[in-house]
Amino acid sequence: MALISFDNFSFKYIGADSLALRKINISIDEGEYVVITGPSGCGKTTLCRAINGLVPQFHRGYIAGHVYVDSMDTRENEVATLSTIAGMVFQQPENQLVTLNVEKEIAFGPENLGVPPEEIRIRVEELIDLFDLTHLRDKHPHEMSGGEQQRVAMASTLAMKPRILVADEPTSNLDPKSAESILKILSSLNKQGMTIVLVEHRLDLVAQDASRIILMNQGSIVADGTPKEVLIMGLCDEIGVGVPKATQIYKRLHLHGIDLLDVPLSGEELAQMVKEVSRR
Amino acid sequence: MIMLENIHFTYEGIYTALRGVSLQIDSSELVAIMGSNGAGKTTLIKHINGLLRPQKGRVFLDDRNTSHMSVAEIAREVGLVFQNPDHQLFLDTVEKEVLFGLKKLGFSEDEANEKAQATLEKLGIIDLVERSPFSLSGGERKRVALASVLASQPRILALDEPTIGQDALQKRYLAELLMEMNSEGKTVIVVTHDIEFVIEHFPRTIAMADGRIIADGPTGSVLSNQEVLNICSLTSPQMTQAAQALGKLYSDISPRLTQLDELEYAIMQILGSGIQ
Repeated sequence: MALISFDNFSFKYIGADSLALRKINISIDEGEYVVITGPSGCGKTTLCRAINGLVPQFHRGYIAGHVYVDSMDTRENEVATLSTIAGMVFQQPENQLVTLNVEKEIAFGPENLGVPPEEIRIRVEELIDLFDLTHLRDKHPHEMSGGEQQRVAMASTLAMKPRILVADEPTSNLDPKSAESILKILSSLNKQGMTIVLVEHRLDLVAQDASRIILMNQGSIVADGTPKEVLIMGLCDEIGVGVPKATQIYKRLHLHGIDLLDVPLSGEELAQMVKEVSRR
Repeated sequence: MIMLENIHFTYEGIYTALRGVSLQIDSSELVAIMGSNGAGKTTLIKHINGLLRPQKGRVFLDDRNTSHMSVAEIAREVGLVFQNPDHQLFLDTVEKEVLFGLKKLGFSEDEANEKAQATLEKLGIIDLVERSPFSLSGGERKRVALASVLASQPRILALDEPTIGQDALQKRYLAELLMEMNSEGKTVIVVTHDIEFVIEHFPRTIAMADGRIIADGPTGSVLSNQEVLNICSLTSPQMTQAAQALGKLYSDISPRLTQLDELEYAIMQILGSGIQ
């Protein structure tokens, strides 16, 4: 069975007048890097919450269908149990930071999972190093900038060594260089076998790392494929997907009767492909 | 006109956020402020609306020194939208949220309703008026926070990370609304990490690092200056990356291209077929 599997899952928040998710059927295998994108309000965050059980266990509402994570039904297993498999980084990092300094914040998750103190110490040091947090070690999370909070939230989630990392726009508050370095970390964790589910609007940042893009609109999945397959669909322009400019150029050249050999996702890929065509 | 003169600011005597910032922004300019996390961007715009007062240096709105003005007075002229909408939203419906500021500023019931309506429509959240802001998605909440400030049409708008959580269409609508307000003579200042958004819509960019302004000029030249990008933790726009890679092979491609149309044209030239 797939690591994450949505079986005809629908969800409506209490008090809402329409479904947040409509009959979602997807399966995600171990080791995939999935980017979820789509218009604001289309259900991306709800989908993330459904993976670690916050929907329906914390956010109550009307449910149909099931979500299974590592064969566990999220209706029947507590968030605490599910969170050891699927770690989540929230859209507003501030909302998940609970302790008085960065060290304690990173240690908080594994402490609650009963990880031995020596092991926790090792993880904390590794993550402080990996996310460049040394100068913030003793700082109160609420005194940090939005970008710093995002790095701390990511480190705290990874401290629990989840098999799946679910991250909801984890670089939105980061400057472009820091965003790039966080995304490099995610990509390398993925290469080491971690499953990544990432919500992102700025596809120019992640399209190259992702193995798959799931496009949502109004609570449904409307496209699902490799980045190159999904990003050239006309649908992307209709519903407002941020198609990388290099990919937009590919489409425009096609209209002018020029076909590059493949779909570029970055400026460098585009340059490479133009070179190839010009040499022929 | 906004003028900052050698502004210094240190939080609680510990963390120095601004180390001598001077700048001038004329009425009806569109300016982006970019730079590394912790560079002082948010601290800077909080000085424009008086939420923070300089510990050294002076802030002028036209020829008035803002140290002689109350925050309430400044708020009539400068609207600030925070980075995190949750710091700003507190009422139980979207409609009340947007009407709140308008009423505080003394608009009549009818005027307030009219302005609120128009702004909600432009930001695509008119259907959400009865909803609680806290039941909305992150991107929608951000637009409610924007609407609650834009509705009163302040002379100067300062927006902290307005594109977070917004899809490509919403970004375009937001840009159109800002352009429209700008063409009516309003000053628009955004703090953002969204390079592509800046490249597409903002003629002037101020790049900051470590409490100082590192570069201030036309967006294309600031964002294609590798040294500035390195110091300010910025990356090249995607089109510039492509242009730089192509520039090594084709001398007639400028490595300073930033726009999609420019690069498309250049590639058409290389591949030898004119624009149809």
